[in-house]
Amino acid sequence: MFYREAGDFKTSYVDDNQTFPIRFDRYRYYAVLVAAFAVIPFLINDYWVNAVFLPFLIYTIAAIGLNILVGYCGQVSLGTGGFMAVGAYACYKLMVAFPEINIFFHVIVSGGITAAVCVLFGLPSLRIKGFYLAVATLAAQFFLVWLFNRVGWFYNYSASGQINAPERTVFGVAVTGAQTAPWAAYLFCLIFTVICAILARNLTRGMAGRKWMAIRDMDIAAEIIGVNPLKAKLTAFAVSGFFVGISGALFFSVYLGAVEVGEVFGINKSFLVLFMVIIGGLGSIFGSFAGAAFLVLLPVLLKNVLVGGLGWPTDLAAHLEFIIVGALIVIFLIAEPHGLAQLWRVAKEKLRLWPFPH
Amino acid sequence: MKQKLMTAAFAALMAAGPALADLTIIDTSYRTGPYAANGIPFSDGYQDYFTLLNQRDGGIGGEKINLVECETGYNTEKGVECYEATKGAGNGALIYQPLSTGITYQLIPKASADGIPLHTMGYGRTSAKNGGVFEWVFNYPANYWDGASHAITHILDQNGGDISGKKISLIYHNSAYGKEPIRTLEELGKKHGFDLVLLPVDHPGQEQKSQWLQIRRDRPDYVLMWGWGVMNQVAVQEAVNIRFPMENFIGIWWSGSENDVKAAGPAANGYKALTFHNLGRNYPVYDDIQKHVLDAGKAAGAGDQLGSVLYNRGMYAAMLAAEAIKTAQEMHGVSVIDAAQLRDGMENLEMTEAKMAALGLPGFGPEFKVSCENHGGNGYGAVAQWDAAAGEFTLITDYFQSDQEIIAKLVAEDSAAFAAENGITPRC
Repeated sequence: MFYREAGDFKTSYVDDNQTFPIRFDRYRYYAVLVAAFAVIPFLINDYWVNAVFLPFLIYTIAAIGLNILVGYCGQVSLGTGGFMAVGAYACYKLMVAFPEINIFFHVIVSGGITAAVCVLFGLPSLRIKGFYLAVATLAAQFFLVWLFNRVGWFYNYSASGQINAPERTVFGVAVTGAQTAPWAAYLFCLIFTVICAILARNLTRGMAGRKWMAIRDMDIAAEIIGVNPLKAKLTAFAVSGFFVGISGALFFSVYLGAVEVGEVFGINKSFLVLFMVIIGGLGSIFGSFAGAAFLVLLPVLLKNVLVGGLGWPTDLAAHLEFIIVGALIVIFLIAEPHGLAQLWRVAKEKLRLWPFPH
Repeated sequence: MKQKLMTAAFAALMAAGPALADLTIIDTSYRTGPYAANGIPFSDGYQDYFTLLNQRDGGIGGEKINLVECETGYNTEKGVECYEATKGAGNGALIYQPLSTGITYQLIPKASADGIPLHTMGYGRTSAKNGGVFEWVFNYPANYWDGASHAITHILDQNGGDISGKKISLIYHNSAYGKEPIRTLEELGKKHGFDLVLLPVDHPGQEQKSQWLQIRRDRPDYVLMWGWGVMNQVAVQEAVNIRFPMENFIGIWWSGSENDVKAAGPAANGYKALTFHNLGRNYPVYDDIQKHVLDAGKAAGAGDQLGSVLYNRGMYAAMLAAEAIKTAQEMHGVSVIDAAQLRDGMENLEMTEAKMAALGLPGFGPEFKVSCENHGGNGYGAVAQWDAAAGEFTLITDYFQSDQEIIAKLVAEDSAAFAAENGITPRC
C-alpha cells in the first residue's frame, strides 16, 4: 500500500535516477527536512540540543565519512578518533589565528586539512589490506593523540593542555561559546549534516563511488577494468577525512567547547563510530544516520527511563545501560547482519505489499 | 529520523516531573568506570551529609534539600549531558561539584553564562582562585598549585631547607588535571634548584611499566604523583615492585585514599599523600550520621565508606556547600535562595574553628575567608602517611601554607590570560 511506484510516472533520465524514486518516500523526505529546519528549532532547549541533537548530527557526519571509507571502499579504519582530533585542533588553530574569518569557513578548511592528513595515513593502504590496514590506521590514532598531547603549539601552550573554543558568530548570531542559543548551534550543525549527506549520496552513486565499490568488491578485477587503485583509494581516504574532519571541528567548537584530546578523541571514539557504521549498515547513507541515532540516543533514552522514569540508582542504571545496548547490538547483528539500513529496506518492501503479501 | 522523533517524544515524557523541592543540589557522581573506586566514597559522603541535614535538622534554614544524582562516569560528554539535564531540576540547580577537572573546564563557561556557581574543591582550574575574573567558580580551600608547593615544602623540611641538585620526578595523569602542577613545579624548581622530570601516564593509567622503568633508571630522590582512579593503585604497586622508598613517594590529595594503597599490601607502608582536611572518623558528626542516616537505612551507597579519606572529603564539600547556603540565607533574609544568592553566600563564606566545632567537626579543615579577590582559600595543607598495619592514613605534619609568592603571581598571570581571551573586566 505504501511505497508503491504506481501512478508515479518518470519521463526523464534524471527523474529515474533520483535518490527517492518513490513519491511517498520523497514526500516523507521533504517532510523530515521541513520539520528539521522549520519546526524543531522552535521547540528545542539546551538539554535537547546538547544531549540529543548535537551529538546525533555530529556523529552522523563522522559515520558518513567512515562509511565512505569502510562501507563503500572497503578500507577498514580504526583512526577515526585521531582524524576527528585533527579536525578539532585545525579548527581551534584557525579560530584563534584568524578570528575575523567566519567560523563556517574554518570548519570547512579543517575538513580539508584532515583530508590531507588522512591521505597521508592512507598511503599504506596501497600495499596492505584488511586487518593489517586496520592496524596501520590504529597507529595513526595513537600517533595523532600523542602528537596533540605532546606538542604545545597545537594547544597554544595552555597550562592544562586543553583547547577552548572562543565565541564566534555567523550573521551576528553566536554559534560557539557559552552564549550560544540552542537553535543556533542546532541549525549550524544541521546545515553541515544535510550538506554532507547530500554530497556523500551524490559522490557514492557517481563515478567516484562506483570506483570505490569496484575496489571494495575485488581490487584486482577493478584494476583490470581500468580503475586506478591509487586514485580510488586515496580519494576515498580524502573524502572520508574531509567529513570526519568536519565532524571533529563541530564536535570541539559547537558541541563541547573545550576538549582534552586523550579523553575525547581516544580509541573509544574510533570504535564508537565504527560500530555506528556497522550497526547502521555498511555502504548506506541512511545507515549512517540510523547507526548514529541508535548509539547516541539509546543510552540517553535508557538513562532517562531508568533514572528519571523509574528512579533507579544511577550506578545500576549506568551498568544496565551497557548491558542493554550491548545485547541490542548483538541481537540486531544476528537478526540482520546488514544493519539497520537493511531492516529499513525490508520494512519498505513489506509495506509496499501490505496488506496483501502474496 | 522517525526513530529519533519517537525517542524525543518518549524522553520528553520521561524527563518531565522531577520532584519539586526548595534547595536543589546536584551530585555529578561516578560510580562506574575506571575512576569509580574514588568516585563512590566521595559521592557517598557528599550525599550522606545532606541526608543528615534533612533528617536531623529538617534541611537548611527550614528548607529541605532535594539531592539529584547524575552519573558522569568521569566522561566529559556525559558530564555535559548531566549538566544540561539537571540545571533546571526543582527550582533550579544551586551548585555543581563535578569532581572532574575535565568536566570543570567544560562547565566554567556554561555555568558562568547560566549563573550557577561551581565549587571545584581542590581541583579544576587553579586560576579560578581569582574571583575577580571567575565570578561563578570557587576552589577553596586549596588548589593544585598549593598542593605542588606543599609537596616541595615538605621535601625542603626533610632536607634541612636545601634541595638544590635533587632530582624530583612527577608522574601524572596525562590530562588537564595532571598537567596543572607542572608550571608551578617548574617555577619552584628555579627557586630551589631541583631538577624536574616529567612522566605522563595516559588515561586510564593501567599501563605504567615504561614510566617506572625510567624511574628505576633515573633514580630520582623523590617522586610526586598526580593520579586518579585506577592509576593510583597501579603506580603504588609499581613503586613497590621496583622497591622505591615509599616515604619519598608523595601523592596529591587525589592520590591518597585507602583504595589506592590497600591493593599493594604491607609494602605500601610509608606512602605519603597531601590533604587539606582531617582524616578518620573521630568526630561527633559521625555519630549523627550513623544514627540519622545509616541506621535509618538512608545511606547513599553501601554505607561502608564512613571515615575513609574520600568520604570525609565528600562530606567536607557538602558541609562547605551547606555553610555557604546558610550564609546566603542570612545575607538575603530568605530561606529559599537561588543560585545567584548562593554565589553571594559562597563569596562571603567564612570558616572558623568555632563554626566547625559547632557542626561536630572540630579542627576538620583550615580556617579561611572567601572574598571577591580570593575564591581559593589561603592554601593550607598537610601531609598524611599510610600506616599499612593500622590500615589508615595519619597526619604527620601540621597544616602549613603554600608558597604564596610564586602562586599568586601564576594565578594573576593565568587569570589575566583568561580574562583577555574572553573579554572579561575583573570585578575587583
